[in-house]
This record gives sequence, C-alpha cells and structure tokens, in this order.
Amino acid sequence: MGRHRYRIEPRLYAVGSPGPDSPVLVTANYKMTFDALRKELGGQNAWILVLETGGINVWCAAGKGTFGTEEVARRVKTTRLAEVVNHRRLILPQLGAPGVAAHRVREECGFSVVYGPVRAQDIPRFLTERMKTTPEMRRVVFPVSERLALAPVELAGFLRPTGWAFLALFLLAGIGPWVFSPSASWHRGLGASGVWLAGILCGAVITPVLLPWIPGRAFSAKGGLVGGCFAACIAAFFWEALGVFQGMALLVALPVISSFAAMNFTGATPFTSPSGVEKEMRRAIPLQAAAVVLAVTLWVGSTFAG
Amino acid sequence: MEGFRYMDGVSTLRLEEVACVGCGMCPTVCPHGIFTVDRGKATILDRDACMECGACAKNCPSDALSVTPGVGCASYVIQGWLGGRKELFRNISKHANV
Ligand code: SF4
Ligand code: SF4
Repeated sequence: MGRHRYRIEPRLYAVGSPGPDSPVLVTANYKMTFDALRKELGGQNAWILVLETGGINVWCAAGKGTFGTEEVARRVKTTRLAEVVNHRRLILPQLGAPGVAAHRVREECGFSVVYGPVRAQDIPRFLTERMKTTPEMRRVVFPVSERLALAPVELAGFLRPTGWAFLALFLLAGIGPWVFSPSASWHRGLGASGVWLAGILCGAVITPVLLPWIPGRAFSAKGGLVGGCFAACIAAFFWEALGVFQGMALLVALPVISSFAAMNFTGATPFTSPSGVEKEMRRAIPLQAAAVVLAVTLWVGSTFAG
Repeated sequence: MEGFRYMDGVSTLRLEEVACVGCGMCPTVCPHGIFTVDRGKATILDRDACMECGACAKNCPSDALSVTPGVGCASYVIQGWLGGRKELFRNISKHANV
C-alpha cells in the first residue's frame, strides 16, 4: 500500500565524485534510510550500493532475509562493482547482519564485508577513523524520542480492534434487567468506550514512553500497572456516580486493556527476544482473559444490582 | 541496553567453545554487546540481554554459535502458536520501517 513512494531503484549511486578507491556503502532501498545515509555522507566521495529490499528498512529486511547474502552478491554482480572500484570491500550497516553472512558474501562475489556502525550519523566518524568503531557505535539504543515517535504507529494498529470493541461495548451496555435498552446502550456504552480508549492510551503511549522507569520486566505487567494507576485516579473521582460494581469493573477493565496494548508494544522495541515474548504471553494471556470475564460480569451485573 | 531488561533465562543462544576460532565477528555484529573475545575464544557476557536477532550465528564462520532467530513481537508469537514457526520468521510487517 503506497510502498513504492518509499522505494528507490536498487543500483549503484554516487555521492560527491567518487573514484575507484572510494568506499562502497550498502543499504536498503527504503527511501528514508537512503536519504539519511546520503545526508550523513555529505561532503565526502563515496558509492552507495542500494539493494532491493522491497522498500523495507535494513533491520526489518535483514530479519526477513531480503537484506541478505544472496541479494548483496547479486547487486555486486549486476552493477559490475568489480569494474567500478579497485578495492574489494563493502561497508554494510551492522543492523543488516541478521540477514547477511559476511564470510559467504566473500565466497560468492569476492568482496569482503565490513560492518559499519548501527546509526548513520556515526558513519562520517567511522570513515575518517579508518573504519574503527567504539562499543557505543555498535549498540542499539531506544531513547524516549524514538519511543514517542512510535506512538502514532501503535495507535493506528489499534484502530480496527477499537471499532470492534466499540460495537461489542455498545451492545453489552444495553443489556440489563430490561433485556435491552437503547438509552442504556448509549450512556453506558459511551462510558465503556472511554475506558477502552484510556486503556489503549495507557498501554500504547504512556507505557512505552515511561518504559525503563516502570518497575517489572514483562510489558503486560508494566502496562497493567500504568492502567491500574490511571483507573484508580478515575475511580477516586467518580466513585459515587459509578457505584461499587461499575467502579470495580473499571478497576479491572482499564488495566487489562492497557496490559494487552503494552504487550503488543514488544514488537516495536529493539531488545525483546521472541522466546521472552512467548514466556511473557504464556503467563499473561490467561490472566488477561480471566480479567476480561470478571470486568464484563461486574459491569453487566451492575445493572441488576442497581 | 541500560534501563531496558527483558525476560531472563529464555534466550536460545548457545556457544560451542571448542568450535570457536576467535575471529571476533560476534562482538562486531551483536547490537547488545553480548560477547567478548579473549585469548582466541568468544565468551557470552550477558545471555539474558540477547534479543535473538540471529546476527551472531549467521556471521560465525565456524558454526560455533546457534540461536533460534525471530522477532520479539506479540502478534508474531500468536501466529507461531497458530501456525508453523518457520513461516513466521518472515512475518514482521508490523514493524515495517519505524
Ligand atoms: S542473537 Fe543477536 S542479540 Fe543475541 S547474541 Fe546474537 S547478535 Fe546478540
Ligand atoms: S563469530 Fe564464531 S568463531 Fe568468531 S569469535 Fe564468535 S563464536 Fe568464535
């Protein structure tokens, strides 16, 4: 969907006026990655070899294998790189390493692979210091700016579930001793939808932003904690209006929604392992399911108690 | 990564020391600084910080390292439960280009 807008043609590009001794940097054909690299190389003479990764960035394409050994060897051949440069060295971004076996690239196309720094902004230093890296240049980081930038992506991912949740909530909201009431559906449904949105906000935005400072390891626990604090504040303000049953329902529902949304954020971080996520989910999902049942029971039950 | 720790005792990362030739590739490619190479042999410093990206095993020329690579993502794990694991490795659409 609109991917081609972010795509550039895979071939050999020149930055400045490179010659046969200029370095060759390899990257993905995701336009933002390419532009960032070109910007950092400003003022230098270098070649950029762009691989076909389907418009996907280096890290994701390496995980998929499209930024991979075969593609590197293929591009080196199709661009006739061996005739363009005298040396036999390719500089690859370190984050491409999950897809590329450096020793096999050399076997397949005669070029040896040097892994450059994780971040494009360290590349000028890497080049001027004869391809030396510091440990910092080799580590991924996950600063608050990056976590915040992911918020719109996370929220967009919850658009469709939110539609379904609203439908279910407005339907459930109308159920009571009166069998089904449109006015109850509207009023109670609005309130419940608000709780849903608050839960998503807690789990998909607040938890990611505060991530390293929230106690615990599991994202579902962190999300549950944030949602719990938020729910306690709301409950304290509206306890009279809510009553015991609805108040309790709120205290269970908001944390569980937040917990689930936060668990979903595992996929956007550069430090969660699949084995870890699996372990977390095996524990969290049964608890989350039980909490949902409890919250719905309390909420629907509140109409009978009134 | 300081301030960021995830689940302990779960990484599938394994190092077979006898096979290691001390080439220094694993400390180069690991984005979490898991390895050090000393006197011709690699050592795992902090297995619990491993995110199972697979970079080290892929680039080890002597097959001394093994790890089950994948993406640490909830929807990926759910799909793994529902379907085959292998296919899944290919599915990372969720993190496209962030
Ligand atoms: S799998 Fe990735 S994170 Fe784990 S040790 Fe290897 S390179 Fe480092
Ligand atoms: S990449 Fe393999 S051979 Fe090289 S140091 Fe690491 S474990 Fe040893």
